[in-house]
Amino acid sequence: MSLDTSKVASTNGSTAATASKPSKVGGVATWADDRLGLATAMRKNLRKVFPDHWSFMLGEIALWSFVVLLLSGVFLTLWFNPSMGEIHYEGSYDQLRGIAMSEAMASTLNISFDVRGGLLMRQMHHWAAMLFIASMMVHLLRVAFTGAFRKPRELNWVIGCLLLLLGTLEGFTGYSLPDDLLSGTGVRAADGFLKATPVVGSYMSFFLFGGEFPGDAIIPRLYIIHVLLIPGLLLGLIAAHMLLLVYHKHTQWPGPGRTNDNVVGFPMLPVYAAKAGGFFFIVFGVTALMGGLMTINPVWKFGPYDPTKVTAGSQPDWYMGWPDGLLRIMPGWESVIFGYTISWNVMIPILIVPPLMLVILMLLPFLEGWITGDKRDHHLLQRPRNAPTRTAVMVSLMTFYGLAWAAGGNDIIAIRLDLSINQITYFMRVAVFLGPLIAFIVTRRWCISLQRLDNEKLLHGYETGIIMRSPDGGYAERHLPISDTAAYTLTARDRDQIHTVEGDTDSNGVVAPGSRIQALRAKLSDGMFRHNVQKPTAAEIEEAHHHAAHEHELEAGLDHPADGHQFDGHSDHTVEEAPLRGGH
Amino acid sequence: MTDVHDKTPAVPPHGDHTPAVPEEPIPNPGLPAHQWRPTDVDERAEKRAERQVAAMFGLSMVCALLFVVAYFTLEIGDNFDTFMGLGASTVALGTTLGLALLLIGIGIIQWARKLMGDHEIVEMRHPAASSQEDRTATLEALALGGEESGIGRRPLVRNTLIGSVALLGLPAVVLLRDLGPAPGDKLASTIWEKGMRVVRDVVGTPIKASELEIGDLVNAAPEALFPTEENGYPEIEGVPLQVEKAKGAIIVVKMEPGDITPGPGRENWTVNGIICYSKICTHVGCPISLYERTTHHVLCPCHQSTFDLADSAKVVFGPAHRPLPQLPLAVDDEGYLIAQSDFTEPIGASYWEREKQ
Repeated sequence: MSLDTSKVASTNGSTAATASKPSKVGGVATWADDRLGLATAMRKNLRKVFPDHWSFMLGEIALWSFVVLLLSGVFLTLWFNPSMGEIHYEGSYDQLRGIAMSEAMASTLNISFDVRGGLLMRQMHHWAAMLFIASMMVHLLRVAFTGAFRKPRELNWVIGCLLLLLGTLEGFTGYSLPDDLLSGTGVRAADGFLKATPVVGSYMSFFLFGGEFPGDAIIPRLYIIHVLLIPGLLLGLIAAHMLLLVYHKHTQWPGPGRTNDNVVGFPMLPVYAAKAGGFFFIVFGVTALMGGLMTINPVWKFGPYDPTKVTAGSQPDWYMGWPDGLLRIMPGWESVIFGYTISWNVMIPILIVPPLMLVILMLLPFLEGWITGDKRDHHLLQRPRNAPTRTAVMVSLMTFYGLAWAAGGNDIIAIRLDLSINQITYFMRVAVFLGPLIAFIVTRRWCISLQRLDNEKLLHGYETGIIMRSPDGGYAERHLPISDTAAYTLTARDRDQIHTVEGDTDSNGVVAPGSRIQALRAKLSDGMFRHNVQKPTAAEIEEAHHHAAHEHELEAGLDHPADGHQFDGHSDHTVEEAPLRGGH
Repeated sequence: MTDVHDKTPAVPPHGDHTPAVPEEPIPNPGLPAHQWRPTDVDERAEKRAERQVAAMFGLSMVCALLFVVAYFTLEIGDNFDTFMGLGASTVALGTTLGLALLLIGIGIIQWARKLMGDHEIVEMRHPAASSQEDRTATLEALALGGEESGIGRRPLVRNTLIGSVALLGLPAVVLLRDLGPAPGDKLASTIWEKGMRVVRDVVGTPIKASELEIGDLVNAAPEALFPTEENGYPEIEGVPLQVEKAKGAIIVVKMEPGDITPGPGRENWTVNGIICYSKICTHVGCPISLYERTTHHVLCPCHQSTFDLADSAKVVFGPAHRPLPQLPLAVDDEGYLIAQSDFTEPIGASYWEREKQ
C-alpha cells in the first residue's frame, strides 16, 4: 500500500512511549510512584484490551447511571429533611400552601419549587434510578443469553444478581422518602407484607416503624438505609464486579482471530478510556435532558400522605411491579392453624416467590455447569440459538416476569383497553403458569430451527434471490457460498456433549453411590442437548461443496455476467457490464 | 453407549473423562487485515474530524455558560408550568446541562473513533486459577499457620473462641430491641368506643342519620380525632393522631334497607339502611375507596379486592380473604350517627396472632 501511514501511531508497541526530557507529568508520576509504586500495576492495565460490541455497553449504562445517582443524590441531601414532624407548608406552591404535612414532604416541595435546579436534580435522580435498574436488567439478560455467566464468571453473576436486588431496594427506599400520598400507600402495603410474616410479623412491623403504623420513625430510617447502608453495599459490590471483570478479562464474540485463549480489541488507554469516559458524559447528558424535559413523580400532584386516603391507579415504580402483580392475581387464601393466621395471599406473592426467583436466577450458572459437567473456562460468547435450552429457560423466566408485571397494571389495562378487570385477573392466574411453558417450548424449537438455518448456510450457501430457469423449464433459487470469515464465525462454537452415566453398578452388582443423582444429571443433560443441531463436520462441508460444484457445472455455460457471483466477490464481471435483456 | 442415545447420532455421547475434539470444519482465517480510515490517510478528513471534535467541545462551553445565565435569569416558584406544563427554569437548566454534557461525550467518542489509533490489539488470556505451585505454597502456608496456632490440637480453645464470637450476635440483636415497642394487643383495638359520634373526615362535623340519601358514601372518622371543648375528647396530635387515623377510618354507606343481608348477630348494627365498615382493606391495609352504588361493591384501588357492602362486606373478588370489619351503628338523642362499640375484630391486614386477640 502506498499510503502515508507514518503519522499514525503504531499502538501495538511493547514499551510505553517515554518523553526524552523529564516533563512535568513525568515528574508528578515519579513522585507518586516513589511513594505508591503504581507503575507495576498500571503497566499491565493501562493497555489492557477490551473487546468491542454494542451489547457490552449495557452494564456501562448501569455503572454511569449509578454515578449520576451519587452526584444528584448528594445535591438532594443538602435540602431534604428526613423528618416526619408535622408542619404547615408555606412555600411557593400555591395549591398546598397552609396544608399540614411532614417536613420530608415540605422539603421535597421546597427542592422542587424554591431551589433553583432542584426539580431538575430530583427528576434526574429519579430517571437515573430507572435507567440504573433497567440497564442492570438488560445487562443481566445479555449475560445470560450469551452464556457469559459460565465458568469462571459464576461468582460475578451472583454479585450482579445481588446488585439488582439492592438496586431495587434502594429504589423503593428512595421513592418512599418524600412521604407523599402515593409512596405512603406503598409503605403501608409494605407494613402489610411485614405483618404477614409468620410468628414475628407484627413485631417486625412495630420495630421498623418504631411503634404502630405510621409512627414517626420510618422516613428517617428509610433515609439512612437509602443514603448510607445500601449505597455502601452497592459501591462495594460494584467494585468487586469491576475487579472481577478486569481479572477475568472481558468475554468476546468468536470470529476470525478471536479465540477462547485471547482477547482482541482496543487498549484501555486511550481508546477504551475515551469511549467509556465519553459514554459517561452521554449517560449523564441524557439523564439531564430527561430530568429537564420529562416530569417524573410529581409529588405535588399526589399531595402529602394521609393514612385515610388513596388514589386510584396506585402503583409502585415499574421495577416493583411484578411482585405487585402477583399480589393482585393471588387468590385470597388464608388459613388459621391452631389459632394462628397464615396469610398465603400475601406470603406467596411477596415473601416466597420473589426471593425464590432471585435464588433460581443466582443458581442458573451452577445448575448449567452441573448438568453439562463442563469444567472448562469459557471466554467466548454463545449466540442464544446455540444454547436452545438455556435461551428457552431465560425466555420462560422473562415471560413469567412480564406477565406478572402486566398483572401489576391490571387496572390500567382494564381502563385503557376497556376490558373487565376480573377477566384480566382470571386470565393472568392461568397465564403465569401456561405462558412460561409455551414460551419455553416455542423458544427452544425456534432456536433449533435457527441452528438448522446456520447449517444450511454453511452447507449450501446463502439464498441470492436469483431465480434460475433450467433448460427443461424448472425454476430454482441460486445459492452461493458464504464468505470464509462468515463461515468460520458460524462454526466457531463447541459441539454439545451429552453427559452419560458410566454404568450405575460395578462388576459385583453393587449400585454406585450417588448413581441416582447421576442418572438424573444424565437425563437432564440429554434433555438439554439431544435436539440441538451440531455444526457440520469438515467431511460434510466438503461433500456439500462438491455437490454444489457439480450443480454449478450443470448450470455452467450461461456465460452471463449476472450469474449471481457479482455479489460475492467471485465474479469476473461487474454488474455494470451486465447487458440488460440481451443488448437493450 | 446407552440405548437412550441411539436415536441421536448427531451428538456423540461420551463419558466425563474423554472430551472428544472433532476436527474443526473450517480453519480460523486469523484476524482480518487492518483497514485504514479516511482520517488516517486523508489530511483533509483528519482536519475535518479535528474541527468537528473541537466544535463540539466549544458548543459544550456555550451550553455551560447558558446554564449559568438561565440559572440567574429564569424565575422559579409559582412558575412551574410556563412551558408545556414544565417550569421554564427546569427546562432551560436541563436542556443546557444535558447538551453541555452530551456534546463533551459525543466529542470524546468522535475523537476516539476518528483520530485515536484504531489498531486492534491481541492479548492472551490467563486461566482464572492460580498456578499449581502457588496453590501448593498457599496450602502449605495455611497448614503451617494452622499448625503453629495449634487450632487443630487445642479444641478447647477453638470451641470456646467460636462460642464466644457466636454469642456476640446476642448483644448485636438485643441492641436493636428498642427499635420499637412490642405490639401487645395494640393492633386489636381502635379509638372507637360506645357512643362516639361518626364525623366526616377532614372537617370533623357529625353526621345526622336523616341527612344521608340512598346511594351516599361518606368517608368518616371517629369524633375523638377532632377534640373540642364541646365534645370533651382529650387533645390528640402527632403520632397518636396518625395512628388512630390510620386505624379508625371508616366508610358510611346508605342503601335500601331491604338490600342489606345482615350478618348473624348484626341485625341491629345498621340505622335505617345506613351501614358502616372499616375503610382499611383486610389484604395489606390500603384505604379502600371505589364504590359502585348499583352493586354495593367497593373496590380497593391497590390490589382490586372487592367487597360486597350489602352482604357484610364479604370478599367477592381479589386477593383479600376476610370481609371488612363492620362498625355497629346507632343514633344518639340528637339524631347523629354513633358507634355502638369498637370494631369487634382487628382491622386491616392479617397478622400471625390476629385470631388470639
